[in-house]
Amino acid sequence: MKPRPFRLLDAIRWGVYGGIAVTLIALIGMVHAFSKKGIVADRIMMSHVLVFGLIVAVAYLTSTRALATKRRLAVPAGIVAGSIVALFPALLGLLITQINLRAVFLNASPELADLLLPGEENNILSALQLVLLGSAFGLAVGLLALVPARLRRSLVSAGVGVILLGLLQAVFVVIIPDSWRQFLYKANGLSPNGAIALFIALSILDYGWLRGRPLTQQRIAQLPARQRRALRMVVTLVMLGLLAILPQLLGPFLSEVADTIGIYIIMGMGLNIVVGFAGLLDLGYVAFFAIGAYTMAVLTTPELPVVRNVIPQLNFWEALPFALLISFISGVLLGIPVLKTRGDYLAIITLGFGEIIRLLVLSDALKPILGGAQGITGVARPRIGEITAVNPQQFFYPILVGILIAWFITARLKISRLGRSWMAIREDEDVAAAMGINLVGYKLMAFATGATLAGLGGALFGSKLGSMVPASFNVLVSINVLALLIVGGMGSLPGVIVGAIALIGLPELLREFSEFRWWVYGIVLVAMMIFKPEGLWPEATRLRELHEAEAFAPVETAEETETAAVPA
Amino acid sequence: MLARLRREFDIADIALYAIGAVLVISIIYGSYVTITSEKYTSAQWVNFVLFGLAQGGIYALIALGYTMVYGILGMINFAHGDFFMMGSFAAFFVSAALAQAGFLETNPFLSVALMMVVAMTVSATIAVLAERIAYRPLRRAPRLVPLITAIGVSYFLQYTARGLFGSGVKAFPNIPAFSGAWQIGAIAVQKTQVAVFVVTAFLLVFLYFLIQRTKVGRAIRSVAEDKDAAALMGVDVDRTIAITFLIGGTMAGAAGVMYGIVFRQASFIMGFIPGLKAFTSAVLGGIGNITGAVLGGLTLGIVESVGPSLFLDGLGIPAPHQLKDAIAFTVLVLILIFRPTGILGERLAKRA
Amino acid sequence: MTQNHNHILVAHKVSKRFGGLQALTDLDIAVAFHAIHSVIGPNGAGKTTFFNCITGFYKPEEGEILFRGQPIQGMPPDRVAGLGIARTYQNIRLFANVTVLENVLVGMHRRLHTGWFGAVLRTPAARREERNAVKEAMELLRFVELADKADYIAKNLPYGEQRRLEIARALAGKPDLLLLDEPTAGMNPKETEDTMALIQRLREDMGITILLIEHDMRVVMNISDIITVLDFGKKIAEGDPLAIRTNPQVIEAYLGRGAAAGRDYGAKTTAAVEG
Repeated sequence: MKPRPFRLLDAIRWGVYGGIAVTLIALIGMVHAFSKKGIVADRIMMSHVLVFGLIVAVAYLTSTRALATKRRLAVPAGIVAGSIVALFPALLGLLITQINLRAVFLNASPELADLLLPGEENNILSALQLVLLGSAFGLAVGLLALVPARLRRSLVSAGVGVILLGLLQAVFVVIIPDSWRQFLYKANGLSPNGAIALFIALSILDYGWLRGRPLTQQRIAQLPARQRRALRMVVTLVMLGLLAILPQLLGPFLSEVADTIGIYIIMGMGLNIVVGFAGLLDLGYVAFFAIGAYTMAVLTTPELPVVRNVIPQLNFWEALPFALLISFISGVLLGIPVLKTRGDYLAIITLGFGEIIRLLVLSDALKPILGGAQGITGVARPRIGEITAVNPQQFFYPILVGILIAWFITARLKISRLGRSWMAIREDEDVAAAMGINLVGYKLMAFATGATLAGLGGALFGSKLGSMVPASFNVLVSINVLALLIVGGMGSLPGVIVGAIALIGLPELLREFSEFRWWVYGIVLVAMMIFKPEGLWPEATRLRELHEAEAFAPVETAEETETAAVPA
Repeated sequence: MLARLRREFDIADIALYAIGAVLVISIIYGSYVTITSEKYTSAQWVNFVLFGLAQGGIYALIALGYTMVYGILGMINFAHGDFFMMGSFAAFFVSAALAQAGFLETNPFLSVALMMVVAMTVSATIAVLAERIAYRPLRRAPRLVPLITAIGVSYFLQYTARGLFGSGVKAFPNIPAFSGAWQIGAIAVQKTQVAVFVVTAFLLVFLYFLIQRTKVGRAIRSVAEDKDAAALMGVDVDRTIAITFLIGGTMAGAAGVMYGIVFRQASFIMGFIPGLKAFTSAVLGGIGNITGAVLGGLTLGIVESVGPSLFLDGLGIPAPHQLKDAIAFTVLVLILIFRPTGILGERLAKRA
Repeated sequence: MTQNHNHILVAHKVSKRFGGLQALTDLDIAVAFHAIHSVIGPNGAGKTTFFNCITGFYKPEEGEILFRGQPIQGMPPDRVAGLGIARTYQNIRLFANVTVLENVLVGMHRRLHTGWFGAVLRTPAARREERNAVKEAMELLRFVELADKADYIAKNLPYGEQRRLEIARALAGKPDLLLLDEPTAGMNPKETEDTMALIQRLREDMGITILLIEHDMRVVMNISDIITVLDFGKKIAEGDPLAIRTNPQVIEAYLGRGAAAGRDYGAKTTAAVEG
């Protein structure tokens, strides 16, 4: 079915949406927060990227949409969309100078107006300048849209890549050799020459090599099985080698980030079994994380005399099995009453449980054994011989071992009879029962396995921090883990890693961003569900099912049609 | 007999009933100890109940939105508590402006009316937008997908509010006309509580007429009953669903105003726990059932208010009021396990 | 009761109610070992409800259902399946998003025993069991002529093959009693014939007792040993194909009172009853 013809009205509509988005981003304070973060040192700040990035993105969307049905409208569409998007911040800036909006909108300060409006003064002239800039960008994008598709996409990817390289300066400066670093980066952002060089390099890279990736995947798939296995083993060994020296490569700050990512990977693996394999939406996952952490803490801390009178103080390795065991038991206990309820109710019940645990841990009633609102300090650290893991780089290794164990267990379970049973429960519970699968028993197994892995993550977390407070164990943790699964792809093991790096790593690396991470999470969750529910690294079956669906019923998408577009 | 038991029940059921029995016995024991020890006067109990009713009224208003959306779409709108939060913020800004202009003191009722109108409009608009942007594209998706989307909407709204208005707690200006209490014998009835009762009752009557006697209400009931059949009968399903969200959002906005009047504060996270409790109320009464939502809300409010003193204290638990929320969540968990259809049973628009 | 020795399944005075609707009333059905026993009746007669009572999906209010002499009414579905009863569904309910082979492997669940530790540790026993399971699954797929599509995603199969897959999945558990719910729905005459042959082979080669819900009268008349006719939840007739074909109550149920009274609908009547 042909999509309906593009009209200039559509460009206006998209422009309005984009304008509202820019206004929102400005008013929640994101523009201000990012104004100090340089992308191209001292010339282009992230705040510019936000505003103009949106202008460009909306214009791009509009122009390419126009391409599909009415090619000659591509450039006008871009100009219109760009101008309208720019109109909003222009008006906002003007408004701020005239009225005091701060009584309602905290961030509507004169500073914001300065950031939004170009030039020294904030008046009608500068507002007009902004709109004109919007049109200019829109024009450029419109022209870009006319460039052949493959080149165009490479240019866009290169642009995004340059921005990312600027944003994640903290990571890249550590990894790349010194000579490169001096050329590419300055104190706060990329150097202008560096940015240009990178842009060209990335364009060529994307155009030539990365576009050929599906081909590589196919060629690998066609290799004989023995060679494939050998290839896999080589890749695995290389990766393990890299991981072994990673903390040295990364340095203390990035190792800390890696540690946090690692703990969330362990939890993600666990929740993947519950949600991804068995299809049980557990929103109270943080409860098991807390139980693992608190068990480790209670058993190893020198404080809490009430406990110490009954149980002697243990070291990390002695306490770890108990932490795992108690998490496992909690999983079973919490699971039994709960697993007979249906899908969405299960989600709410587990959420309730998570909250109950948090309140219990926080309460005065249980303070003698759980530390109350102040929490517990002096949690033991893992020790082998003379070495105690105290700093982030050392702690990386216990966490890595934890990840490997979690991956191992999860991967093996997935292809087993157990994994199949979970799949059946997820796909069609009634039919699964009719196949002889004991629903409660298998759901419990998923729940308990997930709980144990969360407990492992919690024990490592508590030990790494050395001291813990109840505030760390709130529902946001559960949502965090769920979100990274969704982004990575539910049921997919590599997806967990992708999701963790994206959702846990990025906020840690972009300090300015971390204040807004939940806001972005919200948008990401909605966007993923609507546009890409299978995740960024979906499991193999999904890819195959998409593939086969094409084989059986080829469908032309609007973008692919542009090569055959009717010349207007 | 034994064979039948062994045939039909498994260990999960047994464990469940055991847990239920333990809880019931603890509650009865705790209550017995408290009542016989005469720690609280009857006036205090009445106060607890009144407070519970006021709180319950607020829960009921929020619960209406949950129950209507569940009745019509079969989804739990996780973000509904945040519609309430936005309404409360709107009410705050209006009240602050009115207080500054001195209008709040001189015309309290008109001020509150204005706050209501603005808050209800804001919440309703956000509700309709959420439905249009986030929920409508996913109407045919498997069950978990809209739930996750709703979580996303919830966080988006919360942190938008945080970004726009700041992370601090906003203090509502005092409305002199509503401060203080009326004395009936030994019992003090707070004027704010009365306000909540009056407004909630009024809105509920209005809603009843809307659902039962108007064309719009009939459309809602029919779509809740059978979406496809309603479409075949000529009902505009999309519009009806949008209207349902509108009504739910309006009620949530009203609840936001009431919360502001009674508790005098607003913050960006204020929607989460009342939202959960409102959902509990909706399920308690029977999800999809409007009368049930009200009943559930009032019941939960009272249980939450009376509970800590009544049985937790009797069981010897120090600082029982900290666990007020835990009681509410325990009620939630128990209802969903033992009687998910609720007190009045699941349905939308039963002929009450 | 003497019936237990000849009958694999006995339903005795089974009643099932949904709120105000009486779906089954006082149903008595006895299914003989190795029989092909059809259950027919107009839509809404309670046939699928009866199946659901057998498999434990519903719990009948009254009556009992005996499988090999053992009462199974009210038993949870997974335990019923464990006894050796398998079924297919009116609207195909495959695990749509996984492969054909995996669907069959799930069907084998009750005969496999690898648990958590076996799976994680990949013990030799576990690996052996998995290997044998795959081998057997492929044999089953060969039996229903789907072996070459073992790696296809189930939902991408054409309709007829999906039905065959569902049967293969049901057979994977090596059931003694197989409940087929309208297995030829939506099939063309050739596919219907193939399915009829398949069902007969199931009985001849594998000794499976078949309980069949069908609307296609050619199938029913051709392969059934016994036919039970339901209408409005009650049994109105039972007997071999010839007896049922000429039973006035059956004709009335399908065509209305006029037909049963013997007005000469002639060819129309026969054609209707014979599909």
